[in-house]
Amino acid sequence: MLHYANPQNFLNLARRLTPWFFGAGIAMIAVGTYLGLVIAPPDYQQGDAFRIIYVHVPAAWMSLFVYGSMAVASASAFIFKHPLGDVAAKAAAPAGAVFTALALATGMLWGKPMWGTWWVWDGRLTSELILLFIYIAYIALWDAIDEPTRAARMARILCLVGAINVPIIHFSVEWWQTLHQGVTVFRTDGPQMPASMLTPLLIMALGYTVFFVGLLFVRMRTEILARRLRTLRLNIEGAFA
Amino acid sequence: MRAFTALLLRDIVLSLRSGGGAWLGAGFFVLIIALAPLGLGPEPALLKSAAPGLIWIAALLATLLGLERVIEPDLQDGTLDLLRMSALPLEFVVLAKVLAHWLTNGLVICVLAPLVSPMLFVDAKALWVVAASLLLGTPGLSFIGTAGAAVSAGVRRGGVLLALIVLPLNIPALIFGAGAINAVQHGSDPRQALLLLAAFSLIAAVVASLAAAAALRLNED
Repeated sequence: MLHYANPQNFLNLARRLTPWFFGAGIAMIAVGTYLGLVIAPPDYQQGDAFRIIYVHVPAAWMSLFVYGSMAVASASAFIFKHPLGDVAAKAAAPAGAVFTALALATGMLWGKPMWGTWWVWDGRLTSELILLFIYIAYIALWDAIDEPTRAARMARILCLVGAINVPIIHFSVEWWQTLHQGVTVFRTDGPQMPASMLTPLLIMALGYTVFFVGLLFVRMRTEILARRLRTLRLNIEGAFA
Repeated sequence: MRAFTALLLRDIVLSLRSGGGAWLGAGFFVLIIALAPLGLGPEPALLKSAAPGLIWIAALLATLLGLERVIEPDLQDGTLDLLRMSALPLEFVVLAKVLAHWLTNGLVICVLAPLVSPMLFVDAKALWVVAASLLLGTPGLSFIGTAGAAVSAGVRRGGVLLALIVLPLNIPALIFGAGAINAVQHGSDPRQALLLLAAFSLIAAVVASLAAAAALRLNED
């Protein structure tokens, strides 16, 4: 693994692997979509409306998975001074924010016909929304500090504080929701999902993950090259100053 | 210890004497409470049920006010470089700054809140919970806020960014704080919420002082 801590080695590896990840990710999403939308039987209660879970659930999983990976990347940058940790966390953040927004949007689309409302202040919905705000704050901090090394240091601290706080926020929101209304309609332990419904979901989730890694490689390469460009430009300006 | 006290006193004096520091937060807090009936209508029942949330949202926003001046001026005028070189560990520097911020901001809100809460028709017997919840919760707000200020110090127009960073992280305090007042208004025991609020502040103290010290150590070009 240390070999690929060198940005140049990583660039070479990422360049070779990116098409494979994208190809496999898109293929799996295509297969999952087909299985989920066409092959899987309609739900006995929700009919065809349940099929949105094939977009919604993987997105919600990814929203947490991406933040977790950002925290691991930030920690490796913080503890081991891993040169690619900050790059990886920065590159992952917008993707994570989009997954979060996608989970919220599809959830609202599903909620309107099923619950009769676009939005309820349910514990899980609320913590997902707060997660989106935390993603936005992280991205905003990167954008606000001009100097990349300093931005990287501050952003990794924020990412780790956020990682500690996200579970606390989640549980406090759960506490709040149960305090206000004893209803837990949305946590009914429905019937065990049959394999014909579950398989497409797992394929979709895997496809999302693989696609995300491809996207991460592209964004990390862009970031590394952008930093080199910046250094070159500063050197040129320095030479003429 | 002497360095700690000196820094604490310096920060308190600075925030008291520079541009109405402490009263800014307090005035802002009272203003939000006074604005609420104008927006929601003067209906006592409505105001009473909205009061726990309003008081705590006002506290969250008012705590933000002084934060921009906790770290930023020290970074600009080079004091931070001296603090980095001093024998006092940066964690204690952070502690002094949090304490100074809390004494000039959070504590003032704790004292004012029971006085203005009756404007929102909070029962007299619930006022001690208003004060207790703020006393337990506002230190946590100051800790998280100072960590946010340390991370965003040196940023142009840092104030908005600071709010964006700090407010989501402070949500647990809002939930438990308003929850405690809500509980006592509905005749149930507020102690669970108050204990959770204290736990939030304690966790915030540990996490935020380490994070803020790390940020101060690294926040240089």
